[in-house]
Amino acid sequence: MSANKWLIGLSLLSGVVCAAEPDAQRQKELVHLVRQDCGSCHGMTLKGGLGPALLPENLRDKPAEGLAATVYHGRPGTAMPPWKQFMSEAEAAWIVDKLMTKFPE
Amino acid sequence: MRLLLSCLFALFLNACATPQLRGTGDLGLIIERATGHVTLVNTSTRQPYARIAGLGDLSHASAVYTRDGRYAFIFGRDGGLTKIDLLEARIVKRVIQSGNAIGGSISQDGRIVVAQNYTPGGIKAFDAETLELLSEVPAEYAPGQFSKVVGLADTAGNKFAYALFEGGEIRITDFSDPKAPKTQRFPAGLQPYDGLVTPDGRYFMAGLFGEDGIALLDLWQPEKGARKILEKYGRGEEKLPVFKMPHLRGWSVAQGKAYLPAIGRHEVLVVDVATWKEVGRIPVRGQPVFVMARPDGRQIWVNFAFPDNGKVDVIDTLAGQVVHRMEPGKGILHMEFAPRGENVWLSARDDNKVVIYNTETFAKLGEIAADNPSGIFFTSRAARIGF
Ligand code: HEC
Repeated sequence: MSANKWLIGLSLLSGVVCAAEPDAQRQKELVHLVRQDCGSCHGMTLKGGLGPALLPENLRDKPAEGLAATVYHGRPGTAMPPWKQFMSEAEAAWIVDKLMTKFPE
Repeated sequence: MRLLLSCLFALFLNACATPQLRGTGDLGLIIERATGHVTLVNTSTRQPYARIAGLGDLSHASAVYTRDGRYAFIFGRDGGLTKIDLLEARIVKRVIQSGNAIGGSISQDGRIVVAQNYTPGGIKAFDAETLELLSEVPAEYAPGQFSKVVGLADTAGNKFAYALFEGGEIRITDFSDPKAPKTQRFPAGLQPYDGLVTPDGRYFMAGLFGEDGIALLDLWQPEKGARKILEKYGRGEEKLPVFKMPHLRGWSVAQGKAYLPAIGRHEVLVVDVATWKEVGRIPVRGQPVFVMARPDGRQIWVNFAFPDNGKVDVIDTLAGQVVHRMEPGKGILHMEFAPRGENVWLSARDDNKVVIYNTETFAKLGEIAADNPSGIFFTSRAARIGF
């Protein structure tokens, strides 16, 4: 197998893995949305406000899928609204993944 | 000759030593939320004159003034309470008073500053002169359960009214003996999200998020308890999602009517303040956040929650409808009227500026650069109840 084929194979693979990752421009928009607009309830530094803190230590023990569903569908009966008009399910999952590790500035 | 010289010298010294005298009635401040700055402004020249750094996390920060308008107390999100001097443009004192704060208020006599906190939930009273802690009242609504405090407002006699989000109650805490406060509690309804006191100081209202309606307490006869007004204004219809909580701060009363944000409906509710009955509703272009009356009551300015936060609607109270619609900038977070209302300042967070408009002609008068501006607070608040 030539080095070239290897490279092609690798880039195809990473293409599959990264399919869920929003592109750089969209990531910037989502970070702005979370800091500013989610921030109005969860705090700009995500330390909590009317809504709970969304720092890694607060979310660590919670299933990511459930949290992504909370972001996408909201939690009826609470002040957490659904964000599905403004993002895809994959983007909600990306936000939760970043919240659980380290959210970009 | 020597005498003359020494006279001149004395004059010269004097001129240097005496600071330029000025009043504070036309000053104010802009919160720059991302960077922990405040910009000090003059509402006569419509220009900034100083900028102060080092105020911590200012997202959602608010400010109140001493009655002389010289000092502002700024309540930051990170629990910081900062006292600044608007004349000398410097921080006088700064304390970290809690983990997560939401705002505060100043007593009728100007001697006590009270902060309202989310975590740990409760209120704390400080000496306005020294920022020394005087006392605290935890928002414990059931054994071991603490609530976030919302809607703190000053009322007559150094009493403060506020509501508990999880606790669903309105409280009045009397600080006439600041080290031994006394608290009265009143059941209010599901999830009060903010509160306000009427300009005459008589009524405290708490907007409810968990149910349609507003809880109303007559502070002249608190023993009668809180009652609900505007009950079921949603008429059981499905609510629209609310992407930002409305604020009740800028109490809007004009011509005997109060104008209030609906929750989950793109409407401003109109209430007759004599009967507290709904007398109308005005469709607007989004979920209202601030519904603020121009000081003369002729106009009501409304801004909106995400995703409509680039819009502002102006209601004419005589016509009872929106008469002007504008898109003054991106992320309009706050509005503040000049003391007598001839112009209004709007903070456009995502455009990094504050824009100034004439309220009569709607002509733009100017703008001031600011880093992610949020709240704008003018010293004219010093003399108003509930501000
Ligand atoms: C209007 C206020 C508000 C806004 C805006 C808001 N949230 Fe929430 N959020 C809440 C509240 C309140 C809760 C807690 C719900 C409950 O009681 O279970 C919550 C819960 C959550 C949770 C679950 C936390 C946990 O520990 O279970 C996540 C994750 C979350 N929000 C993410 C977001 C994101 C991301 C955004 C922006 C895209 C956002 N929220 C915007 C109010 C809000």
